[in-house]
Amino acid sequence: MIYLQLFWVFFKIGLFGFGGGYSMISMIRMDVVDDYQWMSAAEFADLLAVSQMTPGPISINTATFVGFTEAGVLGSVVATLSLCLPSILLMAIVLRLFSKHKESEYVKRPMAYMLPVVAGLIIAAGILMCDRETFTSWLSFVIFGGTVAAQLLWKTSPILLIVIAGVLGWGWGMISF
Amino acid sequence: MLTIRLFWSFFKIGAFTFGGGYAMIAMVKDALVDRNKWMDEDEFWESITLAQALPGVFAINMALYTGHKIKGALGSFAAMMGAMLPSMIIIMLIASFFRDINEFETVRNVFSGIRPCVAALILVPGINMLKKAKITAKTIWIPIATCLLICLLGISPVYLILAAIVVGVISARVVSMHNA
Repeated sequence: MIYLQLFWVFFKIGLFGFGGGYSMISMIRMDVVDDYQWMSAAEFADLLAVSQMTPGPISINTATFVGFTEAGVLGSVVATLSLCLPSILLMAIVLRLFSKHKESEYVKRPMAYMLPVVAGLIIAAGILMCDRETFTSWLSFVIFGGTVAAQLLWKTSPILLIVIAGVLGWGWGMISF
Repeated sequence: MLTIRLFWSFFKIGAFTFGGGYAMIAMVKDALVDRNKWMDEDEFWESITLAQALPGVFAINMALYTGHKIKGALGSFAAMMGAMLPSMIIIMLIASFFRDINEFETVRNVFSGIRPCVAALILVPGINMLKKAKITAKTIWIPIATCLLICLLGISPVYLILAAIVVGVISARVVSMHNA
């Protein structure tokens, strides 16, 4: 039964997928390409490329795509919700424990140590993004600098900044050819 | 009404989250903290930390936690649906109409513009977090060490978070023994 298979595969990925999208990719590939052969390695590579060009987390995109190609709209809903289900269950538990023991040292201290680690993680993710794929022309530096300035000085809406950056990239491509 | 506004906020965020979950941070902060004042900065950084510490999709964890903070279980559900619907709709459209979107020159050009913007949108809130999230001269080495371990040695963030939890629990244990 395809729905049960979809449920099981993506529930597992949601449960054991620590560390965000990119570390989930190898897990997803193992199930979707190697075990169940729902898509070929080349199709999976295409999907990753598409995921980078469409909004949303890669794992959600993959779940939706695989569910859709295997079992239509219902399949994609089943796969995507299964992916989120472990988060929902764990979050319910954590929220309960957290509000109950908020003042406990066993909650406060681990949080106090996790906070600076997560700040480091985010900065590392930003630094790792600054590679040759990202900085392709002097326009990239202008967009990068402009985004930093707009955020610090005027608190411009990030969505507006992304739209402007996309339009600039598009315009630059038009001129270059 | 609050539930619908919450859904709509996350729907907009979901539609513009390019480049993974971290790119969401700036947008969620803009929507929940700066614009609507649904939570304060401390609560916000707390939610980021918890969302990162739990398994699963970071964006979904973040939507679930902040949604719950703002409007309980219903808010949690609304935020989650808002965050995932845009990508679901777009991927279903792509799956039914065409497969090789990256062949399109226009899309590639647009993305060459978006990428540096997203890099900045990840870095600025990250540095903001250092300033605002109670990180002091005594703890500043932690984010620096984390950053170096990830960028230079490629260590998985999972181990670093686990280490933080272990150290936190041990230090709580030491304190409670000291008080007993």
